[in-house]
Amino acid sequence: MKALGASVGVAGVLGSSSLLSACNQVETTSGDTIKLLTSSGELVEVKKSQLKPAEIPSLSENQKRGRKGLPGRKWVMVIDLSKCRNARQCMKACQNHHQLRPEQHHINVLQMQEAENTAPYYMPKPCQHCDNPPCTKVCPVNATFKREDGIVLIDNERCIGCRFCIAACPYSARIFNWTEPREADKYIGVTYNIEANVPQKRGTVSKCLFSADRLRDGKLPSCVSACPNGVYWFGDQNEDAVTNGTTHETTIFSELIRDNAGYTLMPELGTKPRVYYLPPKDRAFPFQGEIEEHHS
Amino acid sequence: MENTKSPAESRKLLDKITYDLTRSIVKRDELTNFWYFILIMFAAVGLWGWIIQIREGLGVTGMRDYVSWGMYIANFVFFVAVSLIGFLISSALHLLKISWSKPISRVAEQVAIAAVALAGIIIVNDMGRPDRFLNIFLHGRFASPIIWDVTVVTTYLVISVLLFYIPLIPDLALLRDKGTDDIPKWKMKVYRILALGWKGNAEQYKVVYHAMRILMILIIPVGLSIHTVTSWLFAATLRSGWDTTIFGPYFVAGAFVAGTAAVIMLMFIYRIRYRLKDYFTEYHFDYMGKLFVLVCLVYLYFNINEFWVPGYKMKTAESIHLSNLFIGKYATMFWTTQFLGLILPIILMIFKYFRRPLPITIISVFVLIASWFKRYIIVVPTMEHPFLPVQNVPENFVNYRPTSIEIMITLFSFMAALLIITVLAKMFPVITIWEYAEEKGISREIITEPKNQGK
Repeated sequence: MKALGASVGVAGVLGSSSLLSACNQVETTSGDTIKLLTSSGELVEVKKSQLKPAEIPSLSENQKRGRKGLPGRKWVMVIDLSKCRNARQCMKACQNHHQLRPEQHHINVLQMQEAENTAPYYMPKPCQHCDNPPCTKVCPVNATFKREDGIVLIDNERCIGCRFCIAACPYSARIFNWTEPREADKYIGVTYNIEANVPQKRGTVSKCLFSADRLRDGKLPSCVSACPNGVYWFGDQNEDAVTNGTTHETTIFSELIRDNAGYTLMPELGTKPRVYYLPPKDRAFPFQGEIEEHHS
Repeated sequence: MENTKSPAESRKLLDKITYDLTRSIVKRDELTNFWYFILIMFAAVGLWGWIIQIREGLGVTGMRDYVSWGMYIANFVFFVAVSLIGFLISSALHLLKISWSKPISRVAEQVAIAAVALAGIIIVNDMGRPDRFLNIFLHGRFASPIIWDVTVVTTYLVISVLLFYIPLIPDLALLRDKGTDDIPKWKMKVYRILALGWKGNAEQYKVVYHAMRILMILIIPVGLSIHTVTSWLFAATLRSGWDTTIFGPYFVAGAFVAGTAAVIMLMFIYRIRYRLKDYFTEYHFDYMGKLFVLVCLVYLYFNINEFWVPGYKMKTAESIHLSNLFIGKYATMFWTTQFLGLILPIILMIFKYFRRPLPITIISVFVLIASWFKRYIIVVPTMEHPFLPVQNVPENFVNYRPTSIEIMITLFSFMAALLIITVLAKMFPVITIWEYAEEKGISREIITEPKNQGK
């Protein structure tokens, strides 16, 4: 734990997304500065004198506030499909933030085609953070739950790994740590952060959590910030405002949905998602992928 | 009940019955040892696989993020299904005052105990964190069907054990009092303890009858629940293939098919191995055959509903699932289980010829194997076809193939179940002696009198 102190501390100073992602530290140099890799992949230098140990809430405190959520908020995401060109920066940032293996996706950019003669398009698919979540209903130990602010979270300190929630989720949003998580030995002894679900734990379920830890720090989710194409809008439904992760432009959520015929995925299932999509009309980029099979 | 006999005749008959029905307890030859060796060896191999899985995590299985329930869950459903026969034969038929099934009760309870115990064990084996098993009790959330399942499976196990044990008490006393020297000393000791000082007076019999009746009634809702709730593990989700309202009765009907097959096989083995031709007679097999046809027909009816109705409509997601079963990857498995495991057995068993011991046992073997694969078909194909496309993952995430570890552990479950049945058969008479003796017109006084009296 102590060995990690310095790097974790810098992460705090940098206001990096995750306390733990600062463990990607590459090298330290002599003199007054130290080189650090931020969660977005930038190599930066900071003065050593600025380093101070970050305040890490204890596990139980973290779990307690993580269960409650941010008071007065109702997080909502809008994904503009006309802007997505499969750059996959969202997937990359997400995997870095949540310490995922390359085949593990909290957010997955899918190549979609609704029917034989309809236009194909790219569709980033995070957890839909349903207001009527089928996954939390079936959890036998209350390890996954819906917070006040609309986020569906997982406590991987409690999860028994029955995978009922994976079976219950119609959006295939949930993943499982079948083997030791990515670089597990690096995070031994690191206090679990429920709002980023890191360190990942073998034998437990994981999924997108709207980067709840970043939201607490007043930042946008990793995927939203990482997108180079302005696909993502994120905000608080109570404020009726969403901010674009690329342009940082803020707009009225209800108007954005109304003017662009926003919709939710599979509304017929009654899950009431908190993720909205804007149709892939007048696309900024042509579809260049090939539609894979295993389509349903 | 047959005519009352003279005491001397009765005693002679009782001695013969006791002799025949304790043959399984006395007998300990090369074959028995070999059988134990086989069972324990394979069970040990399976346990070794389990140890590997605990050490390495569920990554040693073929399951991945999309097919996240595989062979273990199918196997669990299979065991829950098989266990339901205890409820059908020793409770439902009993309460309906159907007398031919009486000697079969204990066989059915053996199957029930072994199957439901194993169901309970192997479900732990499917957990990603078996070390957190206690969380189910510490943080149990009653809204989850898993909690209902844990509750009813445990209750069913307890009631099944009691339904096995309570009618066994007079038998244990009988063995304690009349047991020959052929029975090993330690077994006699066990009988003495478990007989709970049974004296065989009218009051004690009354208590036994009373307790049995309560248990038989209690097990009806519990028995129906275990398989209904197990079906809800699937039906409570939104996935095509599982999202159906008939899953409860469909599973219960299928359970009777699997359980009947298991009991018939066991009856046949006891009949041959312990020379019980006069006890599990052609008549019993004939009636079991008729019961078998009945439960198969009910199951067929549910199968038609389950596949034909969505097949007629072919909604997008359903049609992908159904084409996969009818003409796709699982077509061979699907049609084989339907024909060899259901349709052909029904046609054959309508004829009396096929309800004789050997033919019906062979049919049962096919039906039981088909029942296992039927569970596999219920679990796996649905998971392979979620609503959204499976992309950006390795090939083994798309197609599920059980690994050798999964097969080893599944093998362990079979061996462990057979081991439980074998131990029960070796330990206790496979037919209730006192009940059978009473049926034959032997009075209770003679059944309960101490050894060598009146000779």
